[in-house]
Amino acid sequence: MSPDLSAVPGVVAVTLVTLATLAIGTWGLRFSRTTSDFFVASRTVGPRLNASAIGGEYLSAASFLGVAGLLLVFGADMLWYPVGWTAGYLVLLVLVAAPLRRSGAYTLPDFAEARLGSRRVRAACSVLVVLIGWLYLLPQFQGASVTLTAAIGAPRWLGAVIVAAVVLANVTSGGMRSITFVQAFQYWLKLTALLVPAAFLLVVWFGDGAPDLTTAAGGGADSWSLPLGEGGGQGLYVTYSLIVATFLGTMGLPHVVVRFYTNPDGRAARRTTLVVLGLLGMFYLLPPVYAALGRVYAPELIGSGRSEALVLELPRLMLPGTTGDLLTGLVTAGAFAAFLSTSSGLAIAVAGVLSQDVTGRRFGTHRLSGVTAFRVGAVFAVVVPCALALSSPDVGVARTVGLAFAVAASTFCPLLVLGIWWRGLTASGAVAGLLVGGLGSGAAVGWTLVTSGTTGWPAVLLGQPAAWSVPAAALTMVAVSLWTKDQAPAHTHRFMVRLHTPESVLVDRG
Amino acid sequence: MSEQPPVRVRVTGPARRRTVAAAPTGTREIDADTALGAIYMGSLVRDQLRLALRILLLLAVSMGGLPLVFHLVPRLADTTVVGVPLPWVLLGVLVYPWLITLGWAFVRRAERHEHDFADLVAEVER
Repeated sequence: MSPDLSAVPGVVAVTLVTLATLAIGTWGLRFSRTTSDFFVASRTVGPRLNASAIGGEYLSAASFLGVAGLLLVFGADMLWYPVGWTAGYLVLLVLVAAPLRRSGAYTLPDFAEARLGSRRVRAACSVLVVLIGWLYLLPQFQGASVTLTAAIGAPRWLGAVIVAAVVLANVTSGGMRSITFVQAFQYWLKLTALLVPAAFLLVVWFGDGAPDLTTAAGGGADSWSLPLGEGGGQGLYVTYSLIVATFLGTMGLPHVVVRFYTNPDGRAARRTTLVVLGLLGMFYLLPPVYAALGRVYAPELIGSGRSEALVLELPRLMLPGTTGDLLTGLVTAGAFAAFLSTSSGLAIAVAGVLSQDVTGRRFGTHRLSGVTAFRVGAVFAVVVPCALALSSPDVGVARTVGLAFAVAASTFCPLLVLGIWWRGLTASGAVAGLLVGGLGSGAAVGWTLVTSGTTGWPAVLLGQPAAWSVPAAALTMVAVSLWTKDQAPAHTHRFMVRLHTPESVLVDRG
Repeated sequence: MSEQPPVRVRVTGPARRRTVAAAPTGTREIDADTALGAIYMGSLVRDQLRLALRILLLLAVSMGGLPLVFHLVPRLADTTVVGVPLPWVLLGVLVYPWLITLGWAFVRRAERHEHDFADLVAEVER
């Protein structure tokens, strides 16, 4: 690495974010004593703190860097990504939030086992949580590598290793309780890191006489402002499939769901979700500003394949000198916070499941204690995807994240919705639906990632599977459940009472 | 000493017979999973599900309709509102207050349903 002065703000920013994260995590450690603290912060987190933490955890590199880059290159049809990621919380709010909290389970496999009384369903859910979690962690580590390389010219492996090490230190030391503080801090850091530079850049834009942003460089204004995929009917299908995947996938992401167990009761879970809608809406107003300004001030990024660096490079392009350098430091800090917070949340979710189903098991005569099992689980949760990120070629951040959403929408979404609202769901139905949805969506996008030879409708259907894989999974669950009606668990009535009655009513919850 | 008679005071003693603390009918019926309990639970779950589906229908029509509208009438994308193309105004800005409004309406009604349900099952048999 050559001593380059332009790298100084980036280095300082990354160092500060890392230190602040570790400091807040250690501070949170004072409050973490029991296994319950580790998994769900002992369920005492109020709506506002919890909503900030959810926002901090949810806004990954894809939101912080990816959306602005996609908007710059492809235009208005990419607005469906942030819209879908926010609307997913509305769907989660109306269908899942309060009952899921009232179920009283720690993790998604816990919920499935409690509802259906079956070890088979539990095993299927555990495998899916770990797979979706690793799928989502992989691009976070790769994104961190790319960002550090772009911002300070670091070698490729450094970003992934730093993120993995900080996440591991925080998760193993304080668990959910300390991560809650860290993530709440990181939401506000990310918002500030986009908001302040955006304000400066808009002032510059006005100073330049407010040049028209819609008719500027690169491509016709028509296709840039049309909120649809290209190619007529295929474009329409891709747009609708993306809507299905994002609207329904949010509720099935393991790191999102696990946060709902930290609410004190069902009512608080709903209110938390409502605050999250507000926080996400506020954040997603900003990426389009960068994309629109980028059309005028950074047209060279459009065809360069480096469009994801738009947010990082725009301040310097528009404001040469110290101000630009300082703002670059700020957005680099925000980007780094994005990797850290999302990876931490995913690591918690995967470690929780691993520690319950793998590392917490009895090996011979030896059995690890709850907290130790959680720590060992966290090591597996972080090291495996980090090693994959270092050894495999760049798969593409947006594509891998899209795969995670599609798989979550095709598996956990039907399981949660039917499990909460339909008494007729059986264990066999659930397993069959999870298999159809998971294999269908997984194989489709896996095929798309491996080969690029497919064209036309097959490529479109395989590249965005949610529109067919979600209905297929849901119909399979319903059909097989009806077929195996006599297997419906005996405790269904009691469990439905527990899911739906408010905590103020004193009934037997099983 | 005034001539006025002292103010009348009602003197009461503690009740001789304690009234039996009646468990609320509703929760007893639900716990025993009787036909009446099933009706109580069914009404709550149905109300909440209907509310959720109404909100989702509003979401599907308002947001899900947009790609189709722009597919059928692509010229709409050229329309501008204070210099910003219509799709950007809709999907970049207005969609977020709309989602929050839907969420707020849901939370308010869902809490009211639960409040009504709590009142219903807490009524003591007379």
